[in-house]
Amino acid sequence: MNYRYTIMMLSLPRLLSIIFIAVWLAGCDSAADRPVVVEFWAMGQEGEQVQALLPEFERRYPGIRVRAQQIPWSAAHEKLLTAYAGDAMPDVFQLGNTWIPEFVALRAVAPLDERLKGWPAAALTDYFPGIFATNRLEGQTWALPWYVDTRLFFYRSDLLAAVGFTEPPATWDDWLQAMARLKTLDGAERYAILLPINEWQLPVILALQRGATLLRDRHQYGDFQHPRFREAFLFYLSLFEQELAPPVGNTQIANLYQEFASGYFAVYISGPWNIGEFGRRLPAALQPHWMTAPLPGLADSSFHRQEKGRIGVSLAGGASLALSRTSPRQEAAWKLLEYLAQPEQQAQFYQLTGDLPARQSAWNDSALASNRHAQAFRQQLQQVQPTPPIPEWERIASRIAHYAELAVRQQLSVDEALAALDRDVDRILEKRRWLLARESMP
Amino acid sequence: MTGTERHTTFSAWVFLSPALLLIAVFFFLPVLAALLLSFTDFDIYALGDLDRLRFIGFNNYLQLLQSPLFWTALGNTFYFVIVGGPLSVAVSLGAALLVNSHRVRFPGLFRTAFFLPVVTTLVAVAVVWRYLYHPRYGMLNYGLSWVGVEPIDWLGDPDWAMPAIILMAVWKNFGFNMIIFIAGLQNIPTQLYEAARIDGAGAWAQFRYITLPMLGPTFLFVALMTMIGYFQVFAEPYVMTQGGPTHRTLSIVLLMYEEGFRWWNIGYASAAAFVLFALILAGTLLQLKLRRSASP
Repeated sequence: MNYRYTIMMLSLPRLLSIIFIAVWLAGCDSAADRPVVVEFWAMGQEGEQVQALLPEFERRYPGIRVRAQQIPWSAAHEKLLTAYAGDAMPDVFQLGNTWIPEFVALRAVAPLDERLKGWPAAALTDYFPGIFATNRLEGQTWALPWYVDTRLFFYRSDLLAAVGFTEPPATWDDWLQAMARLKTLDGAERYAILLPINEWQLPVILALQRGATLLRDRHQYGDFQHPRFREAFLFYLSLFEQELAPPVGNTQIANLYQEFASGYFAVYISGPWNIGEFGRRLPAALQPHWMTAPLPGLADSSFHRQEKGRIGVSLAGGASLALSRTSPRQEAAWKLLEYLAQPEQQAQFYQLTGDLPARQSAWNDSALASNRHAQAFRQQLQQVQPTPPIPEWERIASRIAHYAELAVRQQLSVDEALAALDRDVDRILEKRRWLLARESMP
Repeated sequence: MTGTERHTTFSAWVFLSPALLLIAVFFFLPVLAALLLSFTDFDIYALGDLDRLRFIGFNNYLQLLQSPLFWTALGNTFYFVIVGGPLSVAVSLGAALLVNSHRVRFPGLFRTAFFLPVVTTLVAVAVVWRYLYHPRYGMLNYGLSWVGVEPIDWLGDPDWAMPAIILMAVWKNFGFNMIIFIAGLQNIPTQLYEAARIDGAGAWAQFRYITLPMLGPTFLFVALMTMIGYFQVFAEPYVMTQGGPTHRTLSIVLLMYEEGFRWWNIGYASAAAFVLFALILAGTLLQLKLRRSASP
């Protein structure tokens, strides 16, 4: 091996750290029984709880040690980007699945298809298909889903029963009817549903249910003035116009759980993390009286789109695990990824964290199968769609939230808001258009 | 230059070099790099592959000037500086006069109490103030209801969010300037007041013709530091409102942070930083000039 060449290829910080490690190791035992140390970054609660799964992994692979680091969610995105810029990426890391396109564009993650060839075909179809799709880009798999989330209804079953719905409504029309009755339940100041006006998720979900594509022409331009998006947007705004939802942002709700318990609102659209939170924070007397239900499909009058069952689509959310492209320990790192993807570990992880498993076979585990609030998620997860797989998406989403808020507050008309949204998004995508144009040149 | 002089100059450079080196590496170099970056479209794509970086001249600056969001942020920042700055200075001066007055007992206690918010963590303060501002359970609205004022949605109403942030910022910061004003007040010779009293000057006349002119340099310092600090307002809206509702509390630095560290548009964010620098520089020069023309 040409050592001089190898050393020249290394960046200065890495060279220094290698020298440091070499000096340090000189004081240690012989090299033969030195295990490979895999650096693993996971976020928030997951980063803490995953530690419990690691001793078993290290028992199965005595030659590998895992150093798991917990990163707070609020700093995770910045920290990963800085680590990338500073050439200090961990070997395995958790990625929110909407971040995958960004890290693929950065060329920070290793492609996995070659390694997945060793897997039985059934293992891949075991993943919820809409979720697995968020991990595929440019015809390649870049990460493995770790746990999943999506959004659906959390509602007060006692209040719904009080207005005559003992079963959750199955269509948007029925929900609207139920919500209108909830609004006038008694004299108290109350609303039917809480939709924080600075969130982009519901307008986007409704648009996806209407069949809108959000962006057009290979995701190069905004397509928000399209009739389908416009119709979904109008439906969203009508919830505020009819005063079914209070026009408040999510920083204004001091205590969501108290307000839900007091009946200030009876319906909330949220994700699986709130199963645990509702269980812990709502008063005991209320525990039998809240439930979850999948989102209904937006009945389509003008486009006559065929509905699949009665469940409407929601967002394909969750987190995945990826390998660093520059990691020198990819073999060992891949073993960790495979281990955490096993249905048994997924079920175990659910028990530790309450995070819903990405593999459907893990849902047969008794703890999860007996959780009555989780079943709606299992149904909903069959009907999830990813957001446009481009690095600019989060930025575009924040513009959607901004203009939706302006429209709810009636500071802009619907036409003005959607035109401004298209204009902003076109500007955000300028670099993408330049890159695509450059690539298509000979 | 004689031999000794040359020798002295050389020693001076040797002694200064560690500090100069530090300043050069950790201050001038990053500033220079940021200036260069502000002429590029450095973003997430360029971070992955430098081949995808474009030098775009003044495009970032032009885009900034064409962006309605920038003008919103600029307007909000000026609102904060023009309303919050003088208010903060006035409250500090008022508090300093009170604490410094001979009639107040336990001046040390008040000095400490007024200074406490300055040393308290902003995030903790913001959480408490968010409770105070709560439209339905907040203490502020509860107090106002006693005098018949309808509840105000302090942080949620686009028109009230900035005043609410200013109120909290002034409360949080006035203690620092108060201490400086107290120092300034104690430097005024008491003979001046005695002489004024003998001449028959009342409290207002003493304040107008002795205290204010004698505080001139202190005023300049306090006004400059407050203005520079307030132009860079970031943490208060970041913690309290995230720039909302409808961007009515978005400041320039918050915009810069969002663009730079949330969306990773480093080039664009650097341009915003230099625009802010130019603004602060202009504000400082203006104040110095006003000061100079005021005192012959």
